[in-house]
Parts: sequence; C-alpha cells; structure tokens
Amino acid sequence: MVKIAVENLYFRYPEAAGFALRNVSFRIEEGESVAILGENGAGKTTLAKNLNGLLKPTEGSVKIDGVDTRSLSVAKIARKIGFVNHNPEHQFFAEKVEDEIRFGLRNFGFPEETIDKIIQEVLSVFGLEEYRGKNPFQLSGGEKKRLAIASIMAWRPEALIVDEPTIGMDYAQKMNIRRVLRRIVSEGRCVIVITHDVDFAATICERAIILSRGEVIGDGRLRELLSDDELVEKASLRKPFIIELEEETGLTGLEEDFDILSSILMEVFQKCRS
Amino acid sequence: MTAVKLRKLCFRYAGSEKQALTNIDLTIEEGESVLITGPSGCGKSTLARVLMGLIPHSYPGELEGEAYVFDMDVKNTPVSRIATRCGIVFQNPDNQLFTFSVEDDVAFGPENLALPPDEIGRRVDEALRLVGIEHLRHSSPNNLSGGEQQKAAIASILSMKPSLLIFDEPTSMLDPSSSASLIERIFELKRSLDEAGGKTTVIIVEHRIDLLLKHLSRIIVISEGRVVLDGEPLRVLEESFRRGIPINIPPMLQIYFRVKDRCGLEKPPTTVRELICMLGGSVSRDG
Repeated sequence: MVKIAVENLYFRYPEAAGFALRNVSFRIEEGESVAILGENGAGKTTLAKNLNGLLKPTEGSVKIDGVDTRSLSVAKIARKIGFVNHNPEHQFFAEKVEDEIRFGLRNFGFPEETIDKIIQEVLSVFGLEEYRGKNPFQLSGGEKKRLAIASIMAWRPEALIVDEPTIGMDYAQKMNIRRVLRRIVSEGRCVIVITHDVDFAATICERAIILSRGEVIGDGRLRELLSDDELVEKASLRKPFIIELEEETGLTGLEEDFDILSSILMEVFQKCRS
Repeated sequence: MTAVKLRKLCFRYAGSEKQALTNIDLTIEEGESVLITGPSGCGKSTLARVLMGLIPHSYPGELEGEAYVFDMDVKNTPVSRIATRCGIVFQNPDNQLFTFSVEDDVAFGPENLALPPDEIGRRVDEALRLVGIEHLRHSSPNNLSGGEQQKAAIASILSMKPSLLIFDEPTSMLDPSSSASLIERIFELKRSLDEAGGKTTVIIVEHRIDLLLKHLSRIIVISEGRVVLDGEPLRVLEESFRRGIPINIPPMLQIYFRVKDRCGLEKPPTTVRELICMLGGSVSRDG
C-alpha cells in the first residue's frame, strides 16, 4: 500500500527567489527503505519536511495514506511519520533524557504504565540507560543523536524519516543504529534516511532517490543508481565501498560485515591458487 | 615551538559526576597535523574546548592540571587572546554564525582585531574562496543548508589566520565530494601557509578517518576521557582494530588488517582495485 505519495511537488521558502524543490514526484510503499541522497543544498531536508507536513507544498501535493498533508495537523502526521532532525538540539527541550522520551508518548495519549515500560525499552535499545536522569544538552554529539532517534521511535510511527543519522557516531553506534533501522524495516514500517554517508545508506536502503538542485535526478534501486559513475558524480556522491568491491571482484550480494567480507575475499583467492 | 602542552589535565563538567577528561598528558608541536578520535562521548570535543580556553572560561566545571597553548596558560588567559592564535570550527555551525550575512560573519573576527578595512576585505575574500562559498557572500546564514552553514563557519575562522586550527567534525554535514574537497583545502591551506614561512598546526576532531588519513602526521585515540593510543596513523589504527576500540576505521583498512598477515601484505592498499591486485598478487606469488 502507498504510504506517501508526492505529486508534482514544488516548494518555495517565503521570500526566496527560486524553488527549493521542483516537480518532485514519487511514491513510497509501506515497508520500503529509501535513502534520499544529493549534494549540500540539493533540497533533501526541505523534501523531508514536506513529507511530514512541517512544510506544505507551494504547488502539487503530498499525501499520507491518501490524505493531503494540507488537511492534516502536524501532530496527526507526526503520529504516523516520525521525523528526526539532523540537529538533535532543535528537538530537545526536556530537562531529563527520560522526560524527552516521555513527552511524545504522553502527547499521543499512551497510558502511564505503558510509558515507563517503553522508556525503559528504548533507553536500553539505544544504550542510554546510564543517562536517564541527565540533561539532554549535556550529552555528547553522538548521544544526543541517539536520544533524538529514541524519543521518536518510542511511539512507533509507521514511517520514520531520519536526517543524517550517522553524524557524530562511532563505529559501534553506527552498527547499533543500523540494527535498529533494519528492525524497523523488517517490521514492515518505512524508513527514509537522508544522508551523505553512502556506505551506511547502502547497508540499509533498497531504494534511493537522488536530488540535485531541487529536482529528482535518480529514483530506483540504490545499488544500481550508485553504480552509475556519471550520476554519482553529478550528485556529488561517492560510490559505496561495497559496490566498488562488487565491481572489482565480480561478486554480488556482498554485505558490509568486514569479518565475512575478509573471509570471502580470502576464499576467492584461495580458490584461484588451487 | 610547542603548540599544545597538557600535563595531568583533568576536567569534570559542573553538575556531572563523571570525569570528562582524566590525566591527559599531551604535547603537540607546531606544524603537526593531528587527528583526535575515539568513541562518541569519549571527551574529544571537551579537549578541543580546553585548547581554546572555552574550558574553563565558558564552561563551568573543575579543571585540574596544566594546559598551555603557545605558552599561554589557558586557565588565566582570556579567550579573546587565545583566539588571536587559535581558531576552532565547532561541530554545530549554529553555534558560530550569528549575523545576517555570511560576509559579516566572516568579517567579524578580523574586525575585532581592529585590522584596516582593506585587510579585512582581503581576508574575507580569501576565506570565502578557500571554502568555495563566494556566491553565498550576501546570503543570510539562516537560509543556508546545513552543509553551507558549516562552510560559512569554517570561513569565519580562516579569516582570523590562526596558527592553530581546530576542527570539531568539520565534514559532518557535508556531502562526500564537498567533504573531500574541504579536507584537501584545509591541508592545501596549511601547505601554502607553511611554504610562506609559517607553521600551521591542524587538529581535527573527527569520527570519519578515511579522507584525512593521507594528510595526518599523528592520530590520538581518546576513550573514556583518557588518551589510550597516540602515534603514527597506521599503527594507531591497527592497534585500535586489535583492541576493538570502536572508531571508524576505513573499510579498506578493516579488510587489510584482517588479511594482511595471512596474505603477506606489506603495505595498505589505497584503492579497492589495489586491494584486489594485492590479494591476487599474493596468490600468484605463492602459487
């Protein structure tokens, strides 16, 4: 079923001379994992904010489950489409980590006894238990990012849009976020990742929508799009390591797990030897 | 001259029970290109704040031990004076930009040094050119994308011509090609300043290592507020790998460290093709 339908979307910021988005059309089905890629200033975040109703189209339409975002309140959309801002500080206002998570749950009318259970669960999934009583603004960059995602994930929106999830993340946390996002996809929910981290996108998303100067210049299977040298260059991207490796070795279906990759490579060359 | 000297440095933020930095002993000589990395929350940004004197002057907490930047004791030197030698580009450009045009933000520092107007103009032009945002000169920082704001923040520091440049995750908001060109530009800038007789010290606090590697003279790994590794980049990365310290070791090296002994590889590949050739080569040599 179509979750989000974007038709001939044009968007212009008030007082701006030109359109930030031009003639953007696509559909995202339930359970899809989509990366939105493109150069700085391409319109990725503007697009994301149109998908969750924070911005409304100047022309054209965005529909969630068939309903135009213009006729829905931001809160109604947020219940369905969670949005994690690239700057977590724009999202925080509670004085304690746990209250940051509690806020959304209360607003959406979750019963108090469930709320405590959910808080416990997301704190543990995101490795934030020890910061429970701490002020969100005192967390490190990576911890803030995890809290931002955790506080949205808490109410289990049907689709999640995450703007730059890997900024400030170390390797272990990136793997952690990857696991969480993959789980969301496996539960049949949508994940839309806006990112410059093409390696990360390649491990999560089946599909990519590539923007350049406000227009869609590519929409399709991520691995196919990012194998296209011309497109990659035009969009100021980089080919993910895993795709380069596939191209150079002729192997397919590789996953970014370095233990497995190393043994596959060793095995291949072992075979050459014998 | 020594750019940075820290002795038994400890810091705890006010209201926090945990020590953010513990017993840091560190000397960085003028002209070095150093990466400070480590797991998220390890104290990297805290250390950068000490080097600018923002700790202890702007962040309340308990600072013990010694911290000198170009022989200035950060404990009793005003940040404004440290800022004439050191510039920091923050993780979050919002913290750095505050005027209504990019040009004004970039001119702000030099204006505060009371430089002649034509010198200010030259510095602004040069800084905007170095980060490639001449076309955004008259834009309001508020209307820029995250990546463009980051570039504007960097330009606003470059215009101060600092001899110690500290970057706190400079490429975090940039697309891959802007990240690569920014890193190239930072080190080109360093090279050209060095050729003109200067000795610019560059300290980069980053999670992303791949783009930086070839420019670095040294990597320092911090974990839980302590320096756990410090030395030649490749050796530090390999040791982090062996110890399982979760830093973002570039994918190529992830594989290299795993296979090098068994395949008899002597130096790391720089491209995927080279990696494959090396593996193939090691096979044909053996076979």
